[in-house]
Amino acid sequence: MSLLHLAILAPFIYAIAVPFFRKYIRGVHTGWFVLPVPALLFAYFISRVPDVQGGHKELSTVQWIPSMDLNFTAYLDGLGLLFALLITGIGALVVLYSIYYLGKDKEAIHRFYVYLLMFMGAMLGVVLSDNLIVLYGFWELTSLSSFLLIAFWNERAKSRYGAQKSMLITVFGGFAMLAGFVLLYIMTGTFSIREIIGSLDLVTGHAFFLPAMLLVLLGAFTKSAQFPFHIWLPDAMEAPTPVSAYLHSATMVKAGIYLVARMTPVFAGAAEWFWLVTGVGLVTLFWGSFSAVKQTDLKAILAFSTISQLGLIMSLLGMGSAAVYYGLSDESALYTKATLAAVFHLINHATFKGALFMVVGIVDHETGTRDIRRLGGLITFMPITFTFALIGSFSMAGLPPFNGFLSKEMFFTAALNVTHLDIFNMETWGVLIPVAAWLASVFTFVYSMIIVFKTFTGKYQPDKLDVKPHEAPLGLLLPPAVLISLVIVFGLFPNILSYRIIEPAMASILPSLLMPGDQFEVKIHFWHGWTVEIFMTIGVIVLGTLLYLLLNRWSSIYSKLPQKLTLNTFYDRGLYYLDRWSNRGTRAYMTGSVRDYLIYIFTFMVLILGYVLYRTDSVRWYSGELAEITIYEFVLVLVLIAAALAVPFTRSRVTAIILVGGVGYIVTLFFVILRAPDLALTQMIVETVSVALFLLCFYHLPKLKLEKAPMRFNLRNFLVAAGIGTIMTLIALSANDTRLFTSISEYFVEGSYELSGGKNVVNVILVDFRGFDTLLEIMVLGIASLGIFAMIKLRADRNDPAAALAASAKLDKSSKRRKGKSA
Amino acid sequence: MEILMAFAIGILFMVGTYLILSRSLLRIILGTSLLTHAVHLLLLTMSRLKTGAAPLLGEKAGNYVDPLPQALILTSIVISFGVTSFFFVLAYRAYQELGTDDMEQLRGHDDE
Repeated sequence: MSLLHLAILAPFIYAIAVPFFRKYIRGVHTGWFVLPVPALLFAYFISRVPDVQGGHKELSTVQWIPSMDLNFTAYLDGLGLLFALLITGIGALVVLYSIYYLGKDKEAIHRFYVYLLMFMGAMLGVVLSDNLIVLYGFWELTSLSSFLLIAFWNERAKSRYGAQKSMLITVFGGFAMLAGFVLLYIMTGTFSIREIIGSLDLVTGHAFFLPAMLLVLLGAFTKSAQFPFHIWLPDAMEAPTPVSAYLHSATMVKAGIYLVARMTPVFAGAAEWFWLVTGVGLVTLFWGSFSAVKQTDLKAILAFSTISQLGLIMSLLGMGSAAVYYGLSDESALYTKATLAAVFHLINHATFKGALFMVVGIVDHETGTRDIRRLGGLITFMPITFTFALIGSFSMAGLPPFNGFLSKEMFFTAALNVTHLDIFNMETWGVLIPVAAWLASVFTFVYSMIIVFKTFTGKYQPDKLDVKPHEAPLGLLLPPAVLISLVIVFGLFPNILSYRIIEPAMASILPSLLMPGDQFEVKIHFWHGWTVEIFMTIGVIVLGTLLYLLLNRWSSIYSKLPQKLTLNTFYDRGLYYLDRWSNRGTRAYMTGSVRDYLIYIFTFMVLILGYVLYRTDSVRWYSGELAEITIYEFVLVLVLIAAALAVPFTRSRVTAIILVGGVGYIVTLFFVILRAPDLALTQMIVETVSVALFLLCFYHLPKLKLEKAPMRFNLRNFLVAAGIGTIMTLIALSANDTRLFTSISEYFVEGSYELSGGKNVVNVILVDFRGFDTLLEIMVLGIASLGIFAMIKLRADRNDPAAALAASAKLDKSSKRRKGKSA
Repeated sequence: MEILMAFAIGILFMVGTYLILSRSLLRIILGTSLLTHAVHLLLLTMSRLKTGAAPLLGEKAGNYVDPLPQALILTSIVISFGVTSFFFVLAYRAYQELGTDDMEQLRGHDDE
């Protein structure tokens, strides 16, 4: 148990105490008590930076289920540290923001902070676990806490809808990911990521390589809201704004990015990985930015913007994976730039997107709406907020001098570099990559402008607002201020990050490209000279400005896409029909009638037994020594068959009872013939009592309407019955011919007198050799008689006529309903 | 003899099954009785018939029939008697309370 484990578990442990703060210290907002946790964790992780930078990788294991190779192994390297810093740093800011955002008396804030801490711990667990199954456990915990946080205002139907949607999609992906992990285990025999990377020769070329890759990617794509699984993210915006800022911009949606980065050493170098990650990322990038432009709700714009930025990072990771194909060579250095851009943009996106969400939260808080059609002209009321929004949006659009500009430049560089690849069919399709990237950037520019200028400039519309807006309190402004200052600092001095954070993270993503003891050397320059990228950026700005100014002219293209073809409609309809058809399917066979169920059981039995008899070729005609048949037995058999066959044809029930009794007595006679005196005695007595019981009960049912007509012949039932009869005949015939070993009965016959001093072997078996059977059989009889006694004596509804009435009414109703159905 | 018995057992199984699939609760119980008989005869037949004297050592015979299936059948007879009685009284009570022995009216609810 190291400090690292404690760091992961601290939020969980602390969450237990949170409700007590709320209960006993009502005067102070609970958030203040929560704030130290992420802050201290952030300090701890910052203190680890020099170690990790020096190439030291901390690894400590707590045994959990060692026999199954499941251990809670915490592993701190560059990538894990980068994410841990993001999680704790932005976590601290979000907690601070939420203290001012959520009223301490109006909301159930103790629940809010419990969920938030649970999420924080789970997220730390995801990025710091080396064991795949433990990682999966934390992964599902993030899904669960995200579900709880989205539905925080659970009295709203839309919150519940969004929570359910995100839950279904992310858990579906999580299951797929688990399957992928299991396949990796089958290939390598270990759950540890480091050991899997260490035994790559077992993975590459294995039959499970591709399935494992697809399943793991499915998990990453659903979590990181990649196309077509992005639909849950816009609906998750029903959550409180601090949650959106934290989960749906900075941390949880990056879990998929983390997974792809973490698995790059395992899968990269394969064409499928390159094309899937890059392709899906680019499609998401384009579709997200294209859809963001048409939104009217600020949070929805930010949601689609998050989707598109995640697609950007994802595609960069895909492009960077091409470097692995070349291994240690000069060519690969060109493509590692994409990985560098991915890591850099990951940090940048967390800063400006978190800030923008907080800004939108402030606007919502001060005006009571997030609809850009009702907002406008807020610049005079909220100058500070406007400044934040401006910087954040410009960074998102990729304008200098902010950090978004740098990562955008690198993105273009990477996209252009990739076109030089001479592998993976790049010569055919490669040119599409920069084109798609450029188009998406244009749309990104447009919606970034919409966020700033539609909200803060233009006409102020006081008639559409419920309150008079004014500048937010200091506490709400502080967290975005921190993030915005980071945006500027990273923009102007990017290299403070590169050496300490980005290089170790790249070393974790692309370990195969480093000699032992080596480091990536990252230098981020602000100015490259007049390169193609600069012209691309200028093109983005020019075209984007044009598009923004002419927005009203061309925004009608969004209504061209019919509603029926949207992914949301597809999802909703899909759920609806799934529900409906499974309901119908169940109703089709779950009829509530015991006869139907018996038909299924018998049919199944006939089919299975018949198939087995046929497959094992065990249908035999009896060939051994047969006992001879005397005329006497022959007649008895005939009578037995006749009596049995007559039962269904009798008109009255009494006759049927007597016929079955007759069958019982013939069986008694058989026992006599077949040398079983004890059986004959017992059978005769039991049969007599049974028939008496039957007749007695029958006599006591005077109201039972007399069935004058014989049973109606039912072909379906007859076929099933004939099948059962045939199968049992075959089994009886075959069983006689298959003697696998001699019977144990010799021992009973010999030992009966010697060992137990009895001459009646059957009785000796019953009470001596196998006395336990008899003991429990006595118990069966006892229970049956007690049960019968209880059934006759206990009349619960004698004292409660209402229940009896209800029971009969229910019966009436159901029979009526059936009549209606059949009519 | 065994072959003849096998066919008789098959017929008993068939009729028993057919009765179990009928609508009247009473016939269903009769069907289970027939199935019980069939199973007992099957047990007996499977262990070879008439290979010797009854398993009483007083007979001083050279060969005895197999005593083990007889012990099993004896146990089974008693158990099935208990179950049948219970079942029968249950049907009787169900009729008293619900006023029918028609399986179609004793269906479960839609929401089961």
